[in-house]
Amino acid sequence: MRDVAIVAFAQTRHTGHDTGLSEPELILPVINEVKERTGLTRFGFTCSGSCDYLAGAPFSFVSALDALAAWPPISESHVEMDAAWALYEAWVRLQHGDIDSALVYGFGKTSLGDLRTIMTLQLDPYYLAPLGLDQLSYAGLQAAALGAEREELDEIVRRSRADGRANPYALDLPDPEGDGLVAPPVTDGAAAVVLAAGDLAGRLTSSPAYIRGLAHRIEPHYLGMRDLARSVSAADAARAAGVGKGPVEVAELHAQFAHEEIILREALELTGDTVVNPSGGPLAANPVMATGLIRIGEAAARILDGRNHRTVAHAAGGPCLQHNLVTVLEG
Amino acid sequence: MPSDPLVAQHVLEFPGGYTRSTGPVVGRFLTELRERRIVGVRTGEGRVLVPPLEYDPATGDPVTDEYVEVGPAGTVTTWTWVGEPLGAHPVDVPFAWALIALDGADTALVHAVVPEHPKAMRTGMRVRPVWRERPTGHITDIRHFAPEVTRIVSPVRAEYRLRAGGSLGVFLAGVERGVLLGGRCERCAKVYVPYRTFCPECGGPIPDTLELPDTGTITTFAINNLPDPRAPEVPFVSAYILLDGADLPMIALVAGVPAHEVRQGMRVRAVWVPESERTASMANIRWFAPTGEPDVELS
Ligand SMILES: [Zn+2]
Repeated sequence: MRDVAIVAFAQTRHTGHDTGLSEPELILPVINEVKERTGLTRFGFTCSGSCDYLAGAPFSFVSALDALAAWPPISESHVEMDAAWALYEAWVRLQHGDIDSALVYGFGKTSLGDLRTIMTLQLDPYYLAPLGLDQLSYAGLQAAALGAEREELDEIVRRSRADGRANPYALDLPDPEGDGLVAPPVTDGAAAVVLAAGDLAGRLTSSPAYIRGLAHRIEPHYLGMRDLARSVSAADAARAAGVGKGPVEVAELHAQFAHEEIILREALELTGDTVVNPSGGPLAANPVMATGLIRIGEAAARILDGRNHRTVAHAAGGPCLQHNLVTVLEG
Repeated sequence: MPSDPLVAQHVLEFPGGYTRSTGPVVGRFLTELRERRIVGVRTGEGRVLVPPLEYDPATGDPVTDEYVEVGPAGTVTTWTWVGEPLGAHPVDVPFAWALIALDGADTALVHAVVPEHPKAMRTGMRVRPVWRERPTGHITDIRHFAPEVTRIVSPVRAEYRLRAGGSLGVFLAGVERGVLLGGRCERCAKVYVPYRTFCPECGGPIPDTLELPDTGTITTFAINNLPDPRAPEVPFVSAYILLDGADLPMIALVAGVPAHEVRQGMRVRAVWVPESERTASMANIRWFAPTGEPDVELS
């Protein structure tokens, strides 16, 4: 395996409403920011993550390429998933050994539609989508399967929102009221990461965040074929990535609902010493399709600026934590 | 000039719907559904997947071509309540999404459950499908699941004609005049109200009526939380009231005081309906209300 490190991370100051910026306009500042920070203007590989259903337009990622300066032609790819998986693809590409740098970015505007019902479109079209099972409904099923105490869930939301208020990129949200399931906030935003392999990493930054483990695992899509109270795939991915090989100072978890954090803490076998989602996490800002990449970026930023030595990032996709990606970063 | 802000409505839609092939496995399930049967498919390891998938999610191996009828009853393993259904949901009344382990299946089906009442919803409850009138081979052929029948309501009603003669007739005649009639036992000197012709304790005769005051003392009481057509409101209080001069209490309603302030030893007086409305019936006394006198020490 080649040493691959995250050498730069940038994210938008996310908003809870549509500011009117187009997707390329949203992306351009973060692309420019990581270019300036690394001094790189061309990359061996570029990969992005987004979802056409968020914009309600086919091939919406193609127009986003306008933000890249894609002429002369670049080597580019896209995943219709959270950009954390674009980072995975870029990491695999760098393992080929013929290129040394990659740009990864993700973006999403959930202000354009009703995410609750848009997420129904990701369900299987035979058994689940025709029922109109929506995002809150299947999250509710998982919360019920876990059966966590209301106080514990409320405390996770309170802590996340307080941390989010201290994070200039996250949303400034009040403490939640009521005793129901708290949904992640409507969020528009984007994020970009630069990966560098081999000697290039050390030349671009004094403290690269080396990817020491990176793995993803998936479970059956149909909710009734799984034990929703546990995340076997997150546990498997964490084991494969080597989360337990050392102390985890900080874990950034892609928990869009409070109960997901409880499930993920157990799956990743995090101890009480690990600080979870100091950025506020998805409960404080959830630009869908960038949220997972932001978890990796936030975990990497703490190593890039010397605050931590070993952090873990998690990204999720699919209904009820179906698909989980775990990254272990070390200074 | 353009309006500010510039906002446009945008709709993504496949008019008429998106045509999809079902393949043999999903197709078999939906075909059976049209016949109001629910089938699962057996995996190589012998598990029954419902709804059927082409591959065993545990091993990735193709499933067998053995289809097994399951249910139609099943057990709710997990559920979440939907208080405000969305337009796309299968029913337009509050309902629960549930994972339902159908009898004979090794996995759970996701569907809607409509209980009689939200509080009737619970894990472990038994449910059965309620079918659409004309199934077409679609997951929504099952409109929703409903609880299995575990109880019925049997109407009971019989009519009787009662006649108050004897001592009760005498007592009610008194009530019609606004007087409570009792009687004293000749042998043991105990005073009973309502009036009766013999003593229940010694069997001695009670030849004459005795007018008793309509004031008394509460000896014990109950707060009732189920509505009663005769009671002023819920909760209401029924009490034993020992009329002044009587040796046995009468049961009557107490009102004119919050239920939680009623106490043993409280002094009360009958509240009569206006004279013009009186009949030979206990309805002449609406209830007993506190007199405001000091409480009586009960021995
Ligand atoms: Zn007697």
